Amino acid sequence: MIRVQREDFDIGVELQRLADGNHRIGGIASFVGLVRDMGGGDRVSALTLEHYPGMTEKKLAEIELEAHRRWPLDASLIIHRYGRLEPGDRIVLVATASPHREAALAACHFLIDWLKTDAPFWKSEETPEGERWVETRHEDDTARGRWEKR
Amino acid sequence: MKILYFAWLRARIGCAEEELPLPSGIRDVADLLAWLQARSPRYAEALRDLSVVRVAVNQDYVGRKHPLHEGDEVAIFPPVTGG
Repeated sequence: MIRVQREDFDIGVELQRLADGNHRIGGIASFVGLVRDMGGGDRVSALTLEHYPGMTEKKLAEIELEAHRRWPLDASLIIHRYGRLEPGDRIVLVATASPHREAALAACHFLIDWLKTDAPFWKSEETPEGERWVETRHEDDTARGRWEKR
Repeated sequence: MKILYFAWLRARIGCAEEELPLPSGIRDVADLLAWLQARSPRYAEALRDLSVVRVAVNQDYVGRKHPLHEGDEVAIFPPVTGG
């Protein structure tokens, strides 16, 4: 399932709901992305996430479908927030549920790596130097690359 | 066609969205980017370094040779930084 929303989410409730009533599921893996208070050596007081409504949902659904093609998942969830967020706030939740841990852990890792390079979101940071757009990290492309060969 | 701009491209161009007829002689994404660059100094400056410009047509990433048609939704934006 995909959700793109301004509001926060409750990790406990979301993870609980993912496996509710499905007793084939032996494990849930999750990744939670948070707003850091530092960026490029500067203090970050807030960041604003902009996205491309329509394409965001489309890309996230494609990425999720790809994870289900590659691993035997019983359920998955991607929640990504947009709008203005402050340090410590949750940005993203990726969760995957499977009969066995290997599939859940690998699929969760895959989803967050792909999401970073494919989902149309952009961050701008508020710093003492003013507001600035976050630049792409080369490491993100490398991280996505490790899933290409499979 | 509809053209959407995001992040610093939107800020530098000063526009989030515009509707215009597909300009004559514009066949693909590369043509459109060149046409936009020639439109005004503001567009030229925003689109100066095309190595940091990504394009989606009808909400899918495309390359520079992707053909354009009347009615397409073209989005122009910098590399993504979500997650």
